[in-house]
Amino acid sequence: MLDAKNLTKSYGRLRALDALTATLRQGQAIALIGPNGAGKTTFIKCVLGLVRPDAGELTLDGASLLGDPALRSRIGYMPQIGRFPDHLRVGQLFDLMREIRRGTHTRTDDDLYKAFQIDRIAHQTTRTLSGGTRQKVSACLAFLFDPDVLVLDEPTAGLDPVSVEVLKEKVRAERARGKLILLTSHILSDLDEIATDVLYLIDGKAQFYRPIGELKSQSGETRLGRIIAKIMRNSTTTTLEEKTP
Amino acid sequence: MMLRIVKYVCGDILRGKIVFGYTAFLLLASFGLFNLGGDPTKGLIGLLSLVLFVVPLVSLVFATAHFYNSYEFIELLAAQPLHRTTLLLAQIIGVSLALSASLLLGIGLPILLYAHSTTGLTLVAVSLVLTFVFTALAFLAAVLARDKARGIGTALLVWFYFALLHNGLTLYVLFLLEDYPLEGVSLSLLALNPIDLARVLVLLQMDVSALMGYTGAMMQNLLGTGTGIAFATAVLTGWIAIPIASAVWIFRRKDL
Repeated sequence: MLDAKNLTKSYGRLRALDALTATLRQGQAIALIGPNGAGKTTFIKCVLGLVRPDAGELTLDGASLLGDPALRSRIGYMPQIGRFPDHLRVGQLFDLMREIRRGTHTRTDDDLYKAFQIDRIAHQTTRTLSGGTRQKVSACLAFLFDPDVLVLDEPTAGLDPVSVEVLKEKVRAERARGKLILLTSHILSDLDEIATDVLYLIDGKAQFYRPIGELKSQSGETRLGRIIAKIMRNSTTTTLEEKTP
Repeated sequence: MMLRIVKYVCGDILRGKIVFGYTAFLLLASFGLFNLGGDPTKGLIGLLSLVLFVVPLVSLVFATAHFYNSYEFIELLAAQPLHRTTLLLAQIIGVSLALSASLLLGIGLPILLYAHSTTGLTLVAVSLVLTFVFTALAFLAAVLARDKARGIGTALLVWFYFALLHNGLTLYVLFLLEDYPLEGVSLSLLALNPIDLARVLVLLQMDVSALMGYTGAMMQNLLGTGTGIAFATAVLTGWIAIPIASAVWIFRRKDL
């Protein structure tokens, strides 16, 4: 569904993405994991058309994501920090997004809109919302137009426990309906519950890309956090060993 | 599509405190100037100096700050099925229109009441044009700079140059070249500063060449009033179009 081929992006001397190649298929919920600066955000931004890669290809069902912006009607994005124009009311924000997306989707999905009771805050200006409420608004907007691909950047950060569960349930349901979901989170236990696969990035390369179930059975661990910690520890020791002559 | 986004950008700004304060300040200053002088022409000249000073500064600082404050939202919009060109134009036009609305009320209304002459209308028109010019320059600075501090710093430098430095440099160049024919040089130097062009446009209407400065007076001599106005208008249009086109060109390639 979503194909990255030799995707490369440098910022000055830093290689944020180094010939990254991966195929992401529908029905997968992929957790992007890796140390800081490994290229997770850059990869997401390439998918969203926010960053132009220096080289390589990025296609959605064969059509290049680097060209026509109309293709982004198939993508929903929940940013890490939701900031909206200060004096816009929540209702107006939804109106604006609906106008931008008018005619690009066949179905709207207001499950989260109802679950988070956005109606109740529709008259408030976005400036007055708490961080968590803004996250809810962002989440609703990402799912609203029933996109085929969902990009969720730290979706559970700042949400209250009930909302976290609502959102996780929604992600699972959409994945089951055949969506492709791309996730980042620092809370590995959250990823453990909703992700099907792990794409582990280091220095802009895919270190490994495997189903979570396989990782668990192979390592004998039951928790994703432990598996990742083990891998990270091993990889640092190998680099240390490589450096000693 | 663009106009729909403009509507929201503009509406958001108009509900803000800054635009409200800007309007109130302009209203107060205009009424003050017209009531102090007694003579509406004197009031207009005072207002002209104020507008040439304040409008570029407010447009530059406000538009740059707006860009950075909206950065996350611009990112969210850029991830939607929208052309970058549409997105940036909508922002530039939205900010320009909101500031223009402020000017129409803040100086348009007093001028309508005290000095509704061609000169008065020219002053309003010129201040609107300056708003568009400096909003465009502000967005150009914002898409070029990496962070907020540099963006606003660049915007302030732009203002400092056009409001203060350019005139000094002009005099210096003219002084250096005084042995040569200066028509072409002084006309180009005038064209290189939108604030001067705006000043000359209004003063041509008043026919007070004493206030026009060297380059302005020379332009009136060279081109006459009619051609002079056409020249200044054409060059000012360029001052809007070129920064906008450059900002869009850069923004389309920019990593957000």
